[in-house]
Amino acid sequence: MNISRRHLMILLPAAAVAWKHVLAGTPADSPNYQMSEHWWGMLIDIPKCIGCGNCVRACQTENDVPDGFFRTWVERYHRSDWHLENPEVISPDGGKEGFPEVQAGEEGMFFFVPKMCNHCADSPCTQVCPVGATFIAPDGVVLIDPEYCLGCAYCVQACPYGCRYIHPTKKVADKCTLCYHRITKGLTTACCEACPTGARQLADLKNPNDPIHEFLKTHTVQVLKPQMATGAKAFYNGLDGSVR
Amino acid sequence: MSGVEGYIYPNEVTLYWSVLIVLYPFITGLVAGAFILASLERVFSVEAVKPTYRLALLTALAFLLVAPLPLVLHLGHPFRSPEMYFTPHDTSAMAMFGYVYMWYLMAVLVFEIWLDYRREIVLLSQTSKGLLRLIYKVMTLGSSNVSARSLHIDDKVGWIVTLVGIPSAFLLHGYVGFIFGSLKANPWWSSPLMPVIFIFSAMVSGIAAVMLLYMATTKLRGLKIDMRCVDKVAMYMFYIFLIDFSLEMLDLVHRVYEADESFRSLNFLVHTKLYFSQIVVQICLGTIVPLVLLFLTQVVKLGEMARKRIYILSGSLALIGVLAMRWNVVIGGQLFSKSFLGYTTYKMALVTREGLLAAIGLTILPLLFLWALVKLLPPWPDKSLHEAATGD
Repeated sequence: MNISRRHLMILLPAAAVAWKHVLAGTPADSPNYQMSEHWWGMLIDIPKCIGCGNCVRACQTENDVPDGFFRTWVERYHRSDWHLENPEVISPDGGKEGFPEVQAGEEGMFFFVPKMCNHCADSPCTQVCPVGATFIAPDGVVLIDPEYCLGCAYCVQACPYGCRYIHPTKKVADKCTLCYHRITKGLTTACCEACPTGARQLADLKNPNDPIHEFLKTHTVQVLKPQMATGAKAFYNGLDGSVR
Repeated sequence: MSGVEGYIYPNEVTLYWSVLIVLYPFITGLVAGAFILASLERVFSVEAVKPTYRLALLTALAFLLVAPLPLVLHLGHPFRSPEMYFTPHDTSAMAMFGYVYMWYLMAVLVFEIWLDYRREIVLLSQTSKGLLRLIYKVMTLGSSNVSARSLHIDDKVGWIVTLVGIPSAFLLHGYVGFIFGSLKANPWWSSPLMPVIFIFSAMVSGIAAVMLLYMATTKLRGLKIDMRCVDKVAMYMFYIFLIDFSLEMLDLVHRVYEADESFRSLNFLVHTKLYFSQIVVQICLGTIVPLVLLFLTQVVKLGEMARKRIYILSGSLALIGVLAMRWNVVIGGQLFSKSFLGYTTYKMALVTREGLLAAIGLTILPLLFLWALVKLLPPWPDKSLHEAATGD
């Protein structure tokens, strides 16, 4: 296709306008995104996770997560036959750089568990926020308005999964947004994109063609701490009973 | 990671509710307790405690004025705190704070104090000079009628305000307990007993504080302590303390016997990081010792000096015990991981916004407010004013 100078004059400003939306990443900048048509969650396939830490690194780069805090992290469980209720868990620097090698001859079962905000449908964090700065968007993503958050940390206390922290410089609550700036443009999350084995898959429960429906029908899936009754939407395949 | 034992979720290393959040329930507890003591005389006609009535009201006000400061100082964005009033989130227990606080401050405490002091305020606005005269003039709110009928109406309305004030005091502090007790994510906090325990421990601390303040101010004024009054106050403190201790032990026994999934983690915590503050300070020194001492005053005939010493010691220990209880709830509840597999450490800063010095300052500030309030509105009968009134 030949592009004339006249075409270029028209296309360049259009591309500049489009690029602004790509960079900004707010729903207002995604005019074709309809919140009510989605209900987002995440599928985490534990047997597929190899603990490489790609997801943690991708998340930190994509979202400018401060050092020492985590929007997602990976834990390695070591469950011996004798310590079903008291597994040995490590997550050095959130599993960002992977894990030390398992020594030959070590008994028991080793597996990796990626963790992140569960984007709960009945989220205790949004319940307690004194000003409603954290809220459940109509598409099921739990978000925080940093311009409105008081930084009281009540939500941090209310989250049963340890997913929230107070941003050390912004002084507001922070956590996984499910890469909202990406998913509202039809992209997947940074962690899903970076996962080499497909252990993390973004799921849209309102989309009848999403593979999540087939997966949920054919696998035994569980959420973390089901006794908390938070309506968690991070679905774990192969979740061991020792995982906390 | 320094200060971390076992496995904790990586975002749990930092404790977000600091020593200031320990002070917040302690201070509001003193407010509620002092008010309940004041209501004993007003509503339940316990005449013996009358010498403490006005001092208790002023103590409650002095501490109530400081109560929101630890919360505001602790916020990441203190200047956004008015949003809690303007756009409260209706499912949040914390959002209620602004309303309960304003209700209690303006509709109960300030109103009751104004009604009780109105006659003196009017007289002082006529007898004092300069700036003080202007202050008292403003405080009359334009109501200078001190006729017998008018004072009788004040008394009646004051009685109703105190009656409303009792459940309000329970609400003020019960809701503070609810902030903690309603968090299902934290087994150390999550308990329907939490608001009740908070209310009873608040009464203990408030009564102890007013008792000590009454004894100290009477001594400073070179007057004789009314032992009938102090005996009665100590008796109430003893019985409320007994209920408080029973509730706390019920909570403890229930946790130990039920031994749910969090038990091993919490048990370890109590035997290690919280051993000194909970077992030694809160339970032994701050509860059992004062309870035994107060029990002695109830069953053994002791001399006046011995009783005075016991009241001072047990009152001081009770205050330390209640402060330790707040510490163990607030800080203790953040020392263990919600994975129940590890622990972190609280490192108190010294000169930061949420450090030790700020906490000490916020503890002293209500006493300065109380000093100013006592100067402005003396809680004891003023002979010269009485003469001025009869001269009219």
